[in-house]
Amino acid sequence: MAYQMNFAPVMALAPQLFEGAFNTLILSGQSIVAGIAIGVVGAVGRTEGPRWLDRAIGAYVELFRNTPLLVQLFLIFFGLPYIGLRLSANAAAIIAVALNLGAYSTEILRAGLQAIPRTQIEAGLALGMSRLQVVRYVVIVPALRIIYPALTGQLTLTLLGSSIASAISATELTAAGARIESTTFRSLETFLCVAVIYIAMTFTFRFIYWLIGLLLFRRKAPPKPSLIADISEISRVGV
Amino acid sequence: MIRSFGWESVEFLIRGAGWTLLLSFMTFVIGGCFALIFALLRTLGPKPVRLAIAGFIQLVQATPLLIIVFLSFYGLSFVGLHFPPMVGAGLSLAVYTTVFLGDIWRGCIEAIPRQQWEAADALALTRMQQLRYVILPQAFKISLGPTVGFMVQIVKNTSVVALIGFVELTRAGQLLNNMTFQPFHVFLTVAAIYFAICYPMSFLSERLKGNRHVRPAH
Repeated sequence: MAYQMNFAPVMALAPQLFEGAFNTLILSGQSIVAGIAIGVVGAVGRTEGPRWLDRAIGAYVELFRNTPLLVQLFLIFFGLPYIGLRLSANAAAIIAVALNLGAYSTEILRAGLQAIPRTQIEAGLALGMSRLQVVRYVVIVPALRIIYPALTGQLTLTLLGSSIASAISATELTAAGARIESTTFRSLETFLCVAVIYIAMTFTFRFIYWLIGLLLFRRKAPPKPSLIADISEISRVGV
Repeated sequence: MIRSFGWESVEFLIRGAGWTLLLSFMTFVIGGCFALIFALLRTLGPKPVRLAIAGFIQLVQATPLLIIVFLSFYGLSFVGLHFPPMVGAGLSLAVYTTVFLGDIWRGCIEAIPRQQWEAADALALTRMQQLRYVILPQAFKISLGPTVGFMVQIVKNTSVVALIGFVELTRAGQLLNNMTFQPFHVFLTVAAIYFAICYPMSFLSERLKGNRHVRPAH
């Protein structure tokens, strides 16, 4: 017997899905701001700081990159109350996703900083640029251009990875889908709709990243890193 | 019955880790086969095929793994096929692996300079021979680091199928947590086991990448 698709019951609850999508944006937005902040501090700490700081940040990076986000989430949500720190599902989700992104973005940003030769900075200073100008035009923009594909790829993975937060019933899109599924029993239809919303969000963000890239990197391009370097940068992302 | 967290529990988790490894291995083998086909078709296939594969990759990469897992878990049973969770889990992970690994390997094939193709052509090798003896061996070398790096992602991604009830390491941790009510011990041990599996691979991946990764001198 062929299964008949019926989207009507799911469509009736569409507002819940859109609310879920909005919550996913909020949740991953907060995690991304915090995660990138961790990444900036981590990358600068690793390249400019003393040796022990480099080691400590390195340990954090390896711990979070080599364990699944879901386990990190469980440890924070179920484990921390055990040592007296009780968090709401959403707070735990934001912290877990931010710490995870922090580890990945530390490495991505560090790769960008390391790609700028010291001589370029000296050349900038010799040309009479102020320190601030050197930091902006010689370090940040060129470094950002090199890591832009990896960084935006990582942000996309973070947006999608936030679906894991549904495991502890944080309010976001996948959890909204699960709730609709349990009231309508239209599992396949529900998750197809959820998938379409995720795809639409991802494509919208890719378009935005592309626009930002156009605006940021209007000036003459520096020599593009080799495709091989590109591949190993892109394979640096994950959740 | 409330048990306390002891050696028995660790044994239970290690058995779960066995399933994680088996599932990861299956995923890598099945996903890897398709990824190779995808990578080759996308670089060498006719234009419609290339576009179709590129589109499929774009769509799957824009969907969370968890949703793919749900879709195959519910989708398979709705088309009237009843499989054990292992199949649904394996299938969704394999699809996910195929699109990411396919993309990585395509990059590796495209990284081989065009002159290599031309030189092989000049030596009167057929298209298949060019691939077999000139392009793929070089692409293979480039791909080693990123591939091992992606295997770490595969192992970590298998944790997601815990949410459809497949008892691997993470699910074993959840079950144990329900029995012992010692979440901190349980999930810390689970994390430690994942780390023990993944860290050596990450390390190896960086070493393999490092050989070729020429950074500008400082």
